[in-house]
Amino acid sequence: MTTFLTSLTERATQPAVGVGSPRIEAWDKVTGRAPYAVDHPVPGAAYAWVVQSTVARGVVHDVDTSRALAEEGVLGVLWHGNAPHLEPVGDPELMVLQSPRIAYRGQVVAVVVATSPEAARGGADLVRVREEGTTADTVLRIDHPALYQPVQVNAGYPARSAIGDVDAGLAEAAVRVDATYHTPAEHHCAMEPHATTAFWEHGCLVVFDSTQASTAARDALAGLFELPPQAVRVVNEHVGGGFGSKGTMKVNTVLAAMAARLVGRPVKLALTRQQLFALAGYRTPTIQRIRLGATAQGRLLAIGHDAVSQTSQLSEFVEQSAVLSRHMYAAPHRLTTHRVVALDVPTPVWMRAPGECPGAFALESAIDELASAGNWDPVRLRIDNEPPVHPEERIPFSSRHLVECLRDGAERFGWSGRDPRPAVRRDGEWLLGTGVAASTYPSITWPSTALARATADQRFDVEVNAADIGTGARTVLRQIAADALDVPAHCVAITVGDSAIGPATVAGGSTGTASWGWAVTKACRLLRERIHRDHGGRVPDGGVAVRADTTLDVRDRPEFSRHAYGAQFCQVRVSTVTGEVRVDRLLGVFAAGRIVNPTTARSQFLGGMTMGLSGALLERSILDPRTGDFVTGDLAAYHVAVNADVPRVEVSWLDEHDPHLNPMGVKGIGEIGIVGTAAAVANAVHHATGIRVRDLPIGLEHLVPRSR
Amino acid sequence: MERRFTSDVRFDVNGHTYELSVDNRATLLDVLREQLSLPGTKKGCDHGQCGACTVLLSGRRVNSCLVLAVTCDAAAVTTVEGLSSRTAIHAAVPPDEPPTLHPMQEAFVAHDALQCGFCTPGQICSAVGMLEEAAAEEVDLDEHEIRERMSGNICRCGAYVNIVAAIQEVAAR
Repeated sequence: MTTFLTSLTERATQPAVGVGSPRIEAWDKVTGRAPYAVDHPVPGAAYAWVVQSTVARGVVHDVDTSRALAEEGVLGVLWHGNAPHLEPVGDPELMVLQSPRIAYRGQVVAVVVATSPEAARGGADLVRVREEGTTADTVLRIDHPALYQPVQVNAGYPARSAIGDVDAGLAEAAVRVDATYHTPAEHHCAMEPHATTAFWEHGCLVVFDSTQASTAARDALAGLFELPPQAVRVVNEHVGGGFGSKGTMKVNTVLAAMAARLVGRPVKLALTRQQLFALAGYRTPTIQRIRLGATAQGRLLAIGHDAVSQTSQLSEFVEQSAVLSRHMYAAPHRLTTHRVVALDVPTPVWMRAPGECPGAFALESAIDELASAGNWDPVRLRIDNEPPVHPEERIPFSSRHLVECLRDGAERFGWSGRDPRPAVRRDGEWLLGTGVAASTYPSITWPSTALARATADQRFDVEVNAADIGTGARTVLRQIAADALDVPAHCVAITVGDSAIGPATVAGGSTGTASWGWAVTKACRLLRERIHRDHGGRVPDGGVAVRADTTLDVRDRPEFSRHAYGAQFCQVRVSTVTGEVRVDRLLGVFAAGRIVNPTTARSQFLGGMTMGLSGALLERSILDPRTGDFVTGDLAAYHVAVNADVPRVEVSWLDEHDPHLNPMGVKGIGEIGIVGTAAAVANAVHHATGIRVRDLPIGLEHLVPRSR
Repeated sequence: MERRFTSDVRFDVNGHTYELSVDNRATLLDVLREQLSLPGTKKGCDHGQCGACTVLLSGRRVNSCLVLAVTCDAAAVTTVEGLSSRTAIHAAVPPDEPPTLHPMQEAFVAHDALQCGFCTPGQICSAVGMLEEAAAEEVDLDEHEIRERMSGNICRCGAYVNIVAAIQEVAAR
């Protein structure tokens, strides 16, 4: 017999939130026990291998499967001539093998299913695809005649915003910057390739999928295969990274389900690393023009940010690169625009901090250029242009501590007394420099549901369909649940990663902890109330369970501008012999609401900054304009940071309390770490060498001829 | 046909001896995962470019995606499952019985040297093999040397700083 609120034998001695602890699943991960999408033991599984188009625009005339089908072990071949019908669900990318049309190079044109991985791959080599290509349009240009202004950009923002008269503001300004920045296509390269195990059981579809959103994946599969949602179950207990590429379902999931139906047994389909470059999305290249004008005292008069990006012929995705310029700095005259062009390329998708990441490279580089032009300290310049309210929407910030981040970071970094002159510090062959940039990311919350259950033996089960893609989601959600229940964390069992739990939102957009955590908090509080009110403070033998839904709570929040902010400082050296850039030190200070678990939070910030460093110096997907093919299509050609590239990285955060977010006061931290890093590196390179690099990644070609 | 594609091999994995018929095209990685039910070793690229599939082959770290299983006759393989006290994932062992961790596994947990965990088995096998290499070569393993020697194992989540700290702790023991 237990009395929940009064005589519970184990009460929490201190709150769980705010205390660092190892991630719950760490043991499973270090021992190899944690099952990812194609790790589950599935007796009798067959293996699927994808065949891709070799033209970027055209048509498949015929697929000759006879030799493949004659191969030992091959069970079947799917192509558009025999694939099951799919019902459209709003994402044309998912309508795989439904027509002979080819919209980009690497599109799936056939799938071979066999009894072993070797036989499936061998069979795929024997499929003969007769396809015909026509001239493809694959190159993003600032003067592309088909550029247009969309109605909306990603995340639902309007494509254009204008206040005052930017040209007049620039004309009035004493100091001006007008510069154009290029960021390349980038690929997520999560370590776990997009992979699925699928099987059909009594008309129901079960998939183990590497997805950031198993509720959305379930709904998409139900729609495509014309099943009731309860006839589909998507399990994503462990996900080997996503970074946005697994936020919406990709073709691997659909193909695995199709293939399992074709051969009447479970099918494992893991896309190869090479196939991912066409099939798993990428960050669009951008071309961004920034115009800034300031008074002689360093007060911004005008901010103009014009962003150009690409999408595919299949669907419209518009990177929201200029959106951050709507709220970063105060100025009376403002203009932001987005234009996009549909090319014969794969569809770009979200990639860690979509919009803010490329946008901050442009804006935060330009602010540094303005500081140089006006001979102002770049930290001071940012502080002097801090807006009191959202400068375009004129609504209050729920909390905003950018200035404090800049000040705290400057102190930790040892910024004061910095000699602003470029190219004057030398250590042997190396030129030395330091740079700074600001970071921001919106704090978005989506509705979710969660279930909380108490048992008579004082255990609590909390279920929420979160996806732990390496963020520590299940660990922080258990901490949040423990505090909401007022019990020690070890009394709470948390279950995530299964669409059968009930609807919950994507692990993306830094929304997870806020969205799932709110549902968990609500369910746990309701559970306490129910035990108290309906059961006299005693958990009956059968237990008590409560389900909570935050749809109305999220909808009814008052209007605020909700963002996390941060400041990043960087120290580099640039070789005058080779042009090589080495980052020696990175320091980030963030104001991101309440930090639930300092251990996993630090890792999140470190990871974001590491990916930012990688983007600054290494990452670039090069598309061959003749073929529409990403020629940097593996990890030998697409470089990401390895251990030797990553120096001393320091992370800290402010103790920020914001009552206008959610019951936990969290803002989300998965993305802000990457925002601003590239600009901080580029600004440091300029300080070291005097060379302003406006095209990412910063490479030898920018620095060799002139750094001597 | 059958004879053309398969070979019989006998090798040890995590202390167990296996006699298998393997497809001549099969990599050690695929045999570990698909035939021996040891999915702890991960496939990140299948081309020796990421290190997720790192195992110890007769004591040396290798990318198991670059090793044909047929060449492993008489070899001894250690995977991440074999570093803890038992081959935990093997069917004979109850899954809810926690294994005793290898010091490197303990250090990875303590330093939060992992996020998504997909590269982690490879990182840990690589780190264990690397420490033995460094000891044999009598190399002083400072932070720089560890970073250099661990650069064949990509961690896209960006846990490098913590991975180096974890390895340093074990190296100092």
